Amino acid sequence: MSTTAITGSAFLESIRRIAEDVAKPNAEEVDREARLPSEALAALRDERALSSFVPDSLGGAGVSLEEIAAACFELGRRCAATGMVFAMHQIQVASIARHLDDAPWFESYLADVVKEQRLIASVTSEVGTGGDMGKSVAAVEPAGEGLSRFEKQAPTVSYGQHADDLLVTLRRGPDAEPGDQVAVLARADQIELEPKGTWDPLGMRGTCSPGFVVRAEFSPDQVLPTAFPRVSSESMVPISHILWSHVWLGIATDAFDRARAFVRAAARQKPGQPLPAAQKLSHVMSELSLLRAEVGLALREFGEMSAEPGRERLSTMASALRFNNLKIASSEQAPSVCRGALGVCGIVGYKNDSPFSIGRHLRDSMSAVLMVANERIHETNASLLLIAKEV
Amino acid sequence: MNEKIRSILGEHARMPSDPESLSDHADLYEAGMTSHASVNVMLALEDAFDVEFPDRMLTRSVFESVAAIESALNELGIGAAA
Repeated sequence: MSTTAITGSAFLESIRRIAEDVAKPNAEEVDREARLPSEALAALRDERALSSFVPDSLGGAGVSLEEIAAACFELGRRCAATGMVFAMHQIQVASIARHLDDAPWFESYLADVVKEQRLIASVTSEVGTGGDMGKSVAAVEPAGEGLSRFEKQAPTVSYGQHADDLLVTLRRGPDAEPGDQVAVLARADQIELEPKGTWDPLGMRGTCSPGFVVRAEFSPDQVLPTAFPRVSSESMVPISHILWSHVWLGIATDAFDRARAFVRAAARQKPGQPLPAAQKLSHVMSELSLLRAEVGLALREFGEMSAEPGRERLSTMASALRFNNLKIASSEQAPSVCRGALGVCGIVGYKNDSPFSIGRHLRDSMSAVLMVANERIHETNASLLLIAKEV
Repeated sequence: MNEKIRSILGEHARMPSDPESLSDHADLYEAGMTSHASVNVMLALEDAFDVEFPDRMLTRSVFESVAAIESALNELGIGAAA
């Protein structure tokens, strides 16, 4: 099913080629071995796609968020792990680029991302916060000689072992309250990762996201100038939900495409015969189109709000509710489309070694409800709904 | 109005420090008010001053200090004497 409206983008043309020629042929092995999609990541680096969202003024390609989102969709469609790693990296780039406030250290850092195609992972979740990204236990602490340090217990760090740098949320200082957070960019040579546990999950196996104790010593310049709550509401949360949902839409779209290929093959075998699977496919299509509508609308609304001077609307509770709803709806709808596609294909969809296999799609899409647990988001919504007026 | 705001903060903001000891411009979030607690502060303010904060005002910055809350209430037509 054709879904991206953007045409004539050289960036997207190269992303589609990488998705088709590199990500897709390796997707099964990446999943089976729970290893990083290193071939696709190398191809993305070669195309300089890791810095495509860095603004032109800082040496990047200045590609739009719409194109980045379309790229997440295209990659997610061929290899969900590749799509998700790409999405998460772009979320970090966007959070820095939109909030660096002319800070020289961060400008020169983004120039290095362009030059060296550095891959950025995030360390936002933390043991002891109950899944609330708006709170931190670990703090920026003085380390002597004008340096700072931190130690953070992270239950999952996607591609942590393979990233060049980490964007880490922390309390502003040892005496700061849990919600008084900053974001720190720590570079590979400053970081010590102590692995905690293994990585053998149900799906999204190629994201390689075990837990770590993360330690680093860094210069105070590496604290992002904008306070994290603002980075979070104006950029990190809405952009995460938008890019993740594009990856999930990609997974669901490929599941639908496989189910449709199955129905067509069956129809060719028995022309003119009634085909119950075709009718089931129609049900799956209507679910997929709902998912696509929500994902596309949220992207457009974010673009409008982002373009307004001061981005004031992005700080409102109505906006928080809007992008929380995108996350909840798309994370539930994507696995539902995959389940429907499995119902269409039947046993050949259930087999891992058939061209109509839906197993990986179903497993990958089931991670969606856990990436910031939906119940945690409902809890936040419940409180916002007490006071927000138009929802 | 300043007094009334501070008493609402004392009751609902659940900060470790006494709101009476904070300056008008002190950042309430830095002082430990969580976003969850801030919702209760907003509800209590709406009730106490008989106003409704429109969605455009329901942002973190509008409730980040006693002074910011005062100016928000002024904008909704509540005078300093309230």
